[in-house]
Amino acid sequence: MVAPLIEAAALSRVYETRRGVFGKVSSVRAVDDVSLKVSPGETLGVVGESGSGKSTLGRLLLGIDPAQHGRVTFEGKPMPTFGTAEWRASRAKMQFIYQDPLAALDRRLTIATQIREPMDIHELFEGSARTDRVAALMAAVGLRHDQANRYPHELSGGQRQRAVIARALATRPKLIVCDEPVSALDVSIQAQVVNMLRDLQDELGLAMVFISHDLKVVRNVANRVAVMYLGRIVEEAPSDMIFASPRHPYTRALVSSVPVPGQPLKGRMILQGEPPNPADRPSGCAFHPRCPFAIELCRASVPELRPVEDLRAAACHLVDSANAPIAA
Amino acid sequence: MSHLVEIRDLKVAFDSVQVLHGIDLNVGRGEAIGLVGESGCGKSVTWLAALGLLPGKAAVSGSVRIEGRELRGVHRSALESVRGGRIAMIFQDPSSALNPVLRVGRQITEAVSLHRGLRGETARAEALRLMDMVGIPDARRRFDLYPHEFSGGQCQRLMIAIALAGEPDLLIADEPTTALDATIQAQMLDLLIQLRTETGMATVFISHDLGAVSQVCERVCVMYAGRIVEQASIAQLFANPRHPYTRGLFDAIPRLDGPRDRLIPIPGTVPDPRYLAAGCAFAPRCPNAAAYCDFQRPALDTLADGRHLACFNPVPPANSLPVRRKILEGV
Repeated sequence: MVAPLIEAAALSRVYETRRGVFGKVSSVRAVDDVSLKVSPGETLGVVGESGSGKSTLGRLLLGIDPAQHGRVTFEGKPMPTFGTAEWRASRAKMQFIYQDPLAALDRRLTIATQIREPMDIHELFEGSARTDRVAALMAAVGLRHDQANRYPHELSGGQRQRAVIARALATRPKLIVCDEPVSALDVSIQAQVVNMLRDLQDELGLAMVFISHDLKVVRNVANRVAVMYLGRIVEEAPSDMIFASPRHPYTRALVSSVPVPGQPLKGRMILQGEPPNPADRPSGCAFHPRCPFAIELCRASVPELRPVEDLRAAACHLVDSANAPIAA
Repeated sequence: MSHLVEIRDLKVAFDSVQVLHGIDLNVGRGEAIGLVGESGCGKSVTWLAALGLLPGKAAVSGSVRIEGRELRGVHRSALESVRGGRIAMIFQDPSSALNPVLRVGRQITEAVSLHRGLRGETARAEALRLMDMVGIPDARRRFDLYPHEFSGGQCQRLMIAIALAGEPDLLIADEPTTALDATIQAQMLDLLIQLRTETGMATVFISHDLGAVSQVCERVCVMYAGRIVEQASIAQLFANPRHPYTRGLFDAIPRLDGPRDRLIPIPGTVPDPRYLAAGCAFAPRCPNAAAYCDFQRPALDTLADGRHLACFNPVPPANSLPVRRKILEGV
């Protein structure tokens, strides 16, 4: 077994909000007791609906947002505290890619300058080598060299996302956390960027945490997938396994809600109700108010994430460790 | 049989850049049509132009008829009896389409009195009925809440309630599920299907998601660079897409089953409407393109099976067998 590149143990993050100046403080448990590991060269997909805490989890992993509980270990060493010199130096090894490339790029700098910037900041490579590396990175992500002096608004959405990815790769990171990197792109362009990410990963041996609500894209990119619901991981398994035979009722509903071209909507498991409000978390299993199989136990106690079969963990009282699927 | 809406040779130009190059489209009574294509292909512009909702600088020409009555160039008051009343439109982002400082009940009541002339208790009762109809639980208690107190999916339901207030003959849904979560998206598709069965209104479903379109619609128009390039029934299109662009859209969708192979993208991007080639706009990205595709434009012809297609070198017909079945039979 390869030592994990990054390991998170029992991460929790609670945000406190106040309604009005004198209002009562209410706390939102965005991420609740999440543990995960990513090995070098592996891609972990994180899926869930809005408010499930998947983006917060990505930020916690890189220490951009400090966790209140739990710890993150990168290459066997604890993550340095946010804002310190060591933390800044660690940024060279891990990078973040956001959903909206226009917001992530500086509108007043050409893309070549922006791809070069991380190398200047971390003082990696020497003078002209940096210029060569900018050209090499642009070629690697499929940007033409004549686009080097363009400004972000002069590029299409797909090209901007390529520029963001080139910039993230500039410092030769070992880990990239991508938060919805292709969600804003058209399906044809999305396929271009997804292929490019897969190729780059093969060449560079990058580890990736790929956060997305698009199950089809996650299945294509990720080796392993963690499904989040209200801040907790409810099921984790290899990509092929989790989509072919989801075990947690929430995963089953998610998989069956994906519209497949040419297949009628009949026979799907359509969940009733809205995703619950993270500020008003249901008791017991957070999914029980929407779960068609919920029993009394689900209201009372929170199910632990535990191994239910080889390579698969699930957090559900009704998924037993024997291989029998729960009653449909 | 005459159609509910007939669009003929609809063209739109912004600052003398033509973005819509003559759209012909019929919508029958009670029919559900999908419009698909990448962003910037003119899906939304078609309907914004048809309903006179584009800004003044847009130059619109062509004809839009509802039950034989011309809509283009008529006086604003005549147009307003159609908009919201006969034809209603809902948009992608429900939270920006609702007024944040008005209670939702009042916004629905306003639409009810505007389009149907109901007042007071009758209007309120009708608004409550609409909220029930679109699946807002506990409508009576939530009538006086503000939009921010509803989730994104519920805001979209409220938008649909307002759209239904005028008992429209045609609902135009512009990317209604794109901003919603997967499980809520499935609920919303269900709702659109159910409402169409209950009210018998026609639906135009604008989306880039072929999967979602196939759940709701009977007929699909594929648009590229301001033109319809293929139009067929859902069954025809999914069994055997003929235009290379349609085929490319299908191939680019990652699968939920089967091997996790590399995806098949469409190379390049949608052309800039300022610099369109003389020939087929898709030629630079097309795997089947011949030299003449660059300077000759294929017309939208009707094929023997009833579909419309604009291509010189289409994907060959599949002898009416779905692709997957053919593979199985070949083994």
